[in-house]
Amino acid sequence: MIDKSIPTDLTAARHLTEEVLSLAVAAGYSEDDRFAIRLSLEEALINAIKHGNNFDRARKVRVSADVRAEQTTITVCDEGAGFNPAAVPDPTADENLEKPSGRGIMLMRAYMDEVSYNDRGNEVRMAKRRCTGLPHLAGHN
Amino acid sequence: MEEQGSRLKVLKAGDVTIVELTDRKILDEMSISQISEALSGIIAESDGVRLVLDFTSVDHMSSSALSMLITLNKRARQSNGRLVLCNISPPIYEAFTITRLNEVFKTCADRSEAVAEASS
Repeated sequence: MIDKSIPTDLTAARHLTEEVLSLAVAAGYSEDDRFAIRLSLEEALINAIKHGNNFDRARKVRVSADVRAEQTTITVCDEGAGFNPAAVPDPTADENLEKPSGRGIMLMRAYMDEVSYNDRGNEVRMAKRRCTGLPHLAGHN
Repeated sequence: MEEQGSRLKVLKAGDVTIVELTDRKILDEMSISQISEALSGIIAESDGVRLVLDFTSVDHMSSSALSMLITLNKRARQSNGRLVLCNISPPIYEAFTITRLNEVFKTCADRSEAVAEASS
């Protein structure tokens, strides 16, 4: 179990990601699962550092990661004002396809089994059950 | 072969410029901005650039890296050029599919196919 505050800093975020991934390796998660966890955690941390804390080094990012045999649960909380995830335009809409933003949340939702935000919108909670393949593709094989 | 920092290797095949992305992970703003700057320079060198990006070494990419590719693709098109991507690993290609970017980019399975596509 990891539960710590890191500085608003990409290097600290990278180290924390490696720490979580090493727990996932030790717990026997597959390469596909680890890809999903890494991608989603990176997206959440970059969102917290860039959009939440606005690169303000006086602010912290609180991260908890509970890596268990059957499921990994990660919470990332920044000190920003929060945002409304429902208001983020759909990047796969025809008119947004070539706009260079808005894909992070979509990827997190696709690769994790659960993604939810607190009411303020400054904390994301994500869960990944140990499996292979992408949840959104289940039933399409 | 020309090395652009430690992140890119640049080669030529006729009128096609091939860029190998050498980072295993293209995630953070710093590396993305360095790659973007180098690739923007190649696109700006001449009108009608034929550019192949080879992802053989890349294991992980963030949505910020996808954003960079969208911007570069537009720049290449604006200067009558062509950007072709190749050797994208299945998990990364999945991210392209999820975000429908497989419809925006020309992607090829391997480098020789990409070079042929870029020069066509």
